[in-house]
Amino acid sequence: MIKVYVPRDSSALSLGADRTAKAIAAEAAKRGIKIELIRNGSRGLFWLEPFVEIETAKGRMAYAPVQPKDVASLFDADFLHGGTHTLNLGLTENIEWLKKQQRLTFARVGITDPVSLDDYLAHDGYKGLKNALKLTGAEIVKVVTDSGLRGRGGAAFPTGIKWNTVLGCKSEQKYIVCNADEGDSGTYSDRMIMEDDPFVLIEGMTIAGIAVGATQGYIYLRSEYPHALKTLNEAIMKAEKAGYLGEKICGTTHTFKLEVRRAAGAYICGEETSLLESLEGRRGQVRFKPPLPAIEGLFGKPTVVNNVISLATVPIILDKGAQFYADYGIGRSRGTLPIQLAGNLKQTGLVELAFGATLRELLYDFGGGSATGKPIRAVQVGGPLGAFLPESQFDTPLDYEEFSKIWAVLGHGGIVVFDDTVDMAKMARYAFEFCAIESCGKCTPCRIGSTRGVEVIDKITASKASGKDHEKNIQLVRDLSDTMFNGSLCALGGMTPYPVLSAINHFGEDFGLENKGLEKIKEVAA
Amino acid sequence: MAIALSEQQLTKIRAHIEAHKTMPGALLPLLHAIQDDIGWISEEVYLPISKALALSVAELHGVVTFYHHFRRHPAGKHVLQICRAESCQAMGSEKLEAHIKSTLGIDYHETTKDGAITLEPIYCLGNCACSPAVMMGDEVYGRMDATKVAELISEARVT
Ligand SMILES: Cc1cc2nc3c(=O)[nH]c(=O)nc-3n(C[C@H](O)[C@H](O)[C@H](O)COP(=O)(O)O)c2cc1C
Ligand code: SF4
Ligand code: FES
Repeated sequence: MIKVYVPRDSSALSLGADRTAKAIAAEAAKRGIKIELIRNGSRGLFWLEPFVEIETAKGRMAYAPVQPKDVASLFDADFLHGGTHTLNLGLTENIEWLKKQQRLTFARVGITDPVSLDDYLAHDGYKGLKNALKLTGAEIVKVVTDSGLRGRGGAAFPTGIKWNTVLGCKSEQKYIVCNADEGDSGTYSDRMIMEDDPFVLIEGMTIAGIAVGATQGYIYLRSEYPHALKTLNEAIMKAEKAGYLGEKICGTTHTFKLEVRRAAGAYICGEETSLLESLEGRRGQVRFKPPLPAIEGLFGKPTVVNNVISLATVPIILDKGAQFYADYGIGRSRGTLPIQLAGNLKQTGLVELAFGATLRELLYDFGGGSATGKPIRAVQVGGPLGAFLPESQFDTPLDYEEFSKIWAVLGHGGIVVFDDTVDMAKMARYAFEFCAIESCGKCTPCRIGSTRGVEVIDKITASKASGKDHEKNIQLVRDLSDTMFNGSLCALGGMTPYPVLSAINHFGEDFGLENKGLEKIKEVAA
Repeated sequence: MAIALSEQQLTKIRAHIEAHKTMPGALLPLLHAIQDDIGWISEEVYLPISKALALSVAELHGVVTFYHHFRRHPAGKHVLQICRAESCQAMGSEKLEAHIKSTLGIDYHETTKDGAITLEPIYCLGNCACSPAVMMGDEVYGRMDATKVAELISEARVT
């Protein structure tokens, strides 16, 4: 039977993939043709969703984007046998955009049926766990450390070192907590893993549990992801049934249980200590550190808190070895980063690449320039707490240290693009506004400063026109940023100055200033 | 303007409390279960929950009000959430937002007179590759414009 693939990823659904799937099934039935309709994950070429593929003798053939109105003509063109049609993109594996990538964490995404364990196993699934089961906890931790993997949730802390701390704690109960709160605008790689290859996350968490001696895992999932919730729960159930979760994993003495917990729409709960408070059933207020969560985490027990991508990268490291992973990347940024192209780009989507590619390659070679056809003016990397970068910084390689040299962050790898219609004073105001809405309220610089920030930007916009007190207002926002940068307990208040000051420093004309370059940023950063 | 829960709703709520009583970190899962079932979190549930989970009513109120997701008033039949975050802004969400507010004649956190639509802001739906994005119920929609949202709204009104 001919296999037809129509993605079930929620971005594909958001563009009508369900309707397309229904139309294909109905047309096939009408013509008396039997097909096997598979709802796979997305390949990540979101400007081409719904992205339909047909399995042919030569490989999978792509037709995209397919709307219900195209379906009859596709059948007429015999697309089920790879027929010619204006939507035919050739073999999927030959599409340049995919060929140029190095998909390690996303190796299976878009290829398999996300909730088929057989499909997962047929595509190298659970090979990492099989290897891990032959090692001691300390040996597993060493492999992760040697791979150079750093946390992909934003702070880029070495994953192996964190695990080692938990491994070294003596405790009856330890936990693995997966941070699936993915609150940053411009990011969706966690969502894609959970919806499009959930077993890889489950496998990664299981390996983490076995490595550090934790028997219970929680996935703290943002409430905005109902599809991910369903997919994860279905995958967990299947993994349990097949003996990959629960007691006596794969016939060994290891136990690892896993549960999904829903967040409730608070950005700050992505911060790990706030997340733990929330899991324990309280307001998501940030905790003072120390103690580190690795030592006193969930319910006071040693806890690994890792991002979805960090955990989902562990299986391939255990499968192919630390060196295999470490061979990708530059400097101290080893391996690959799943980059998410978002905002005003022609070709938005998921690009997994070894660290080291430049922003420019991503914006133009992959992104194809702006969607509106206007010049790209500003790019925000790393979510709402990330800096805005001007064209002059587009040649910066994607590398944690290179970004920190220009007072910017890679964060969770989201890239949001703005064309030349953007008003950067408005973006700075929004950064303060967002901080005010999401502040947990524990410390004054963030709680009060963010609201003052909104007011000062409004004053600047007014004084830009009148000229009255303009310099003074600009100084005010710099002083305020300085206070927030230095005096906040966590990065919500502490990093809001990144978008604000980068907007002022690189796009001064929007604030009624000559562009004064990077000098002022350095002052604050010092 | 307190809205009293029906006896049937209270029975359901008691069942949810019973089911979550012994769960570690039960409060958020319990509140979700109640909101999924009843549609909102009434203050009437504070007392039974506080007894079952040994929490003070003040603590409970603190939790319910901390999280944007929990609603303390019933919503309309459908909840329309408009993404206000950066990627969607870069693709014109502000204009769309203004347009939707004016056609529905309501602001955020309000419900249309016919009770069909409640409008809420949201900060990223993870659909930033297809900005601007909105969510209606549990379904997310991408590359929205005024016409497409109008279609969504009229479809929702008849269901
Ligand atoms: C305000 C704020 C929001 C955060 N949001 C997230 C998030 O949504 N997802 C995430 O993985 N990490 C987030 N983090 C980072 C976490 O605190 C933590 O560093 C991370 O979960 C550790 O996992 P990793 O080492 O695998 O990156 C956030 C941090 C802050 C300060
Ligand atoms: S910086 Fe803001 S979010 Fe972070 S602890 Fe302080 S008040 Fe809470
Ligand atoms: S910013 Fe709107 S969906 Fe992410």
